[in-house]
Amino acid sequence: MQGWRRLLWPRLAQGLVSAPLTDPPPVPPEEVVQALVARLEAAAQTRLGRSLAIRQVDAGSCNGCELEINAMQNVVHDLERFGLRFVASPRHADVLLVTGPLTRNMREALLRTAECMPEPKWVVAAGDCAVDGGSFKDSYAVEGGIDAALPVDLLIPGCPPTPTQLLEGMLALIEAQRAGG
Amino acid sequence: MSDTLLRLIRHGQEQGCRPHQRYLLDRAQWATLVAALADMPEVALLGLWGDPGQVHAALLIEDGLLIASCGVPDGRFAAFSPVRPGAVLFERMIRDLWGFVAEGGTDQRPWLDHGRWPVTGPLAANPAPNGMAPPQPVFLPVEGEGVHQIPVGPVHAGIIEPGHFRFHVQGETVVRLEARLGYLHKGQIGLMLGKPAPVAARFAARLSGDSTVAHGWAFAQGVEAALGITPSPRALALRALMAELERLHNHLNDWGFLCNDASFAWLHARAGALREAVLRAANTAFGHRLMMDRVVPGGVSDDLRPGGDAAIRAALAMVAAELPALEAVYDSHASLQDRMVGTGVITPALAMLFAAGGVVGRASGRGFDARRRPGYAPYAPAEAAVLTAGDVDARARIRLAEMHRSVALAKGLLESLPPGELLVPLPQRGGEGLGLVEGFRGECLHWVALDDEGLVRAVFPRDPSWLHWPLLEAAIEGNIVADFPLINKSVNASYSGVDL
Ligand code: SF4
Repeated sequence: MQGWRRLLWPRLAQGLVSAPLTDPPPVPPEEVVQALVARLEAAAQTRLGRSLAIRQVDAGSCNGCELEINAMQNVVHDLERFGLRFVASPRHADVLLVTGPLTRNMREALLRTAECMPEPKWVVAAGDCAVDGGSFKDSYAVEGGIDAALPVDLLIPGCPPTPTQLLEGMLALIEAQRAGG
Repeated sequence: MSDTLLRLIRHGQEQGCRPHQRYLLDRAQWATLVAALADMPEVALLGLWGDPGQVHAALLIEDGLLIASCGVPDGRFAAFSPVRPGAVLFERMIRDLWGFVAEGGTDQRPWLDHGRWPVTGPLAANPAPNGMAPPQPVFLPVEGEGVHQIPVGPVHAGIIEPGHFRFHVQGETVVRLEARLGYLHKGQIGLMLGKPAPVAARFAARLSGDSTVAHGWAFAQGVEAALGITPSPRALALRALMAELERLHNHLNDWGFLCNDASFAWLHARAGALREAVLRAANTAFGHRLMMDRVVPGGVSDDLRPGGDAAIRAALAMVAAELPALEAVYDSHASLQDRMVGTGVITPALAMLFAAGGVVGRASGRGFDARRRPGYAPYAPAEAAVLTAGDVDARARIRLAEMHRSVALAKGLLESLPPGELLVPLPQRGGEGLGLVEGFRGECLHWVALDDEGLVRAVFPRDPSWLHWPLLEAAIEGNIVADFPLINKSVNASYSGVDL
């Protein structure tokens, strides 16, 4: 390999002229958006803006779901181009994105995190485990899906859901706000 | 020395575990074994677990792997922790799940049981109902002037698994870190018991999602050994192909995040793009980005799909073409080196004492690699890259070296995929087996006993992270709090894998 290709600056410059690595944006299914609009109206929630701050909590996952949620942030899926971003503090968050079956040992931490969030907020259960406890629902250590502790607005099934499916879900929230507001 | 130890263990009764024998010792023999280990730091304790009647210890003595067991009729057994500090977490787990007390154990605090389950000793012969309020956790004390505590978690700032970290700090310097885990306890073992092997395999594949192939394979290997069957060469080659792709995508992920934690976002972005390419190739080839549930007892569930071969070759070529450039950037930036070199040192002596496997072990002089020793098909024995500095930089470099090797191995496997059936039927009979497969973190060890109907009678899936968590606590000592994320990422122990 030529020497200059191994340096950072020439490669950064190359990045300015080459095509972007980013995937085209996924389109959220219309029926999901409509269902969310209905939820929004039923709860008479104040509309959130065109961007959403997401706080993720693992309530018992095998970490497969976390891998794909993290992958939403890579340059190929690039969730920030949609006005979506992950935040560290639940106090800054509009969306609580929860994975895993709800373990008994995580219930309190999940509830405390949810309580720190300002209203209005969305709660999203991502992954088959979060939907209804998945494979783990019959255990002494598991309560079931996330709805065993919190009212859930959106379910994203999959084991794990792909980054594209996760993005679709997040975009459905934004669409619902636009349509419902 | 190890001859005496082997002779001692072989005095026990053979229990028919394959391919590594299990010996049932009496209490006196067990106690002698524990005492003998004090003078033999080279003997590795790979795991310690229970079933309703016994405790089992997996030991690596020179090149041989074996299990020593001991009955626990009165609920007590002689502890390993005085001679193997790595046994502490296992002993606390055994008490929480089976209710057996490690006599003479150095730490008797609960571990997985936070007092929130409806029962205590959920895997014991007779679990007791639990009506108590959850107790406050107790942390080890630290004395000294100006020492204060920083509690962190279980919910962390990033998208990572939950666990509580209790730092005792003096100024900026960490005096002691204690990790308190167990938040993800899902009752994995309880769910696997009584299930047919193919159903239990789905739980093994979900012990730690990032290692789904390695754990799936180790469990399948245990079942196949128990039943005395061998998958076809094609199934084994496909497993290895998936395992190397898994190693590659995880190392890319970890290495990228390490650079990111040292504020070098560009390398993280590039590593993320390469990893995405590997995951997409895996999806094309095996129908699932993480290749979950593709390894099943008896073989593999699916053949390589049309277009899979080309997709994997393209992804491997992309990684191979870009890695040297990324390494050059890593090497030529003092700001990165400054954060990585000399940070979070795990000494070779500690790595040996705790039997650290995988990247953590190999960055600290312990070259153990299950692909070479005890070794399994289709791998040809080869030495793994080993460094001795034991710092964050060494762990980053081991990952780089292993990425090159995984690319080469995956290419080789693709070029010579042997023919053969995908799945051998499982005979309906009993047996006991031990599987050991090198995952990206280290060796995944699965012990499984099947009853005559082929249902799981007893099982223990051991993630390599059991041996790494205590070393993370050691690595941070004397470092500054701000370096914790970097050190934590460099070890990258699984939470779900040990929370069971
Ligand atoms: S849905 Fe699947 S990937 Fe996600 S936590 Fe559950 S088992 Fe793991």
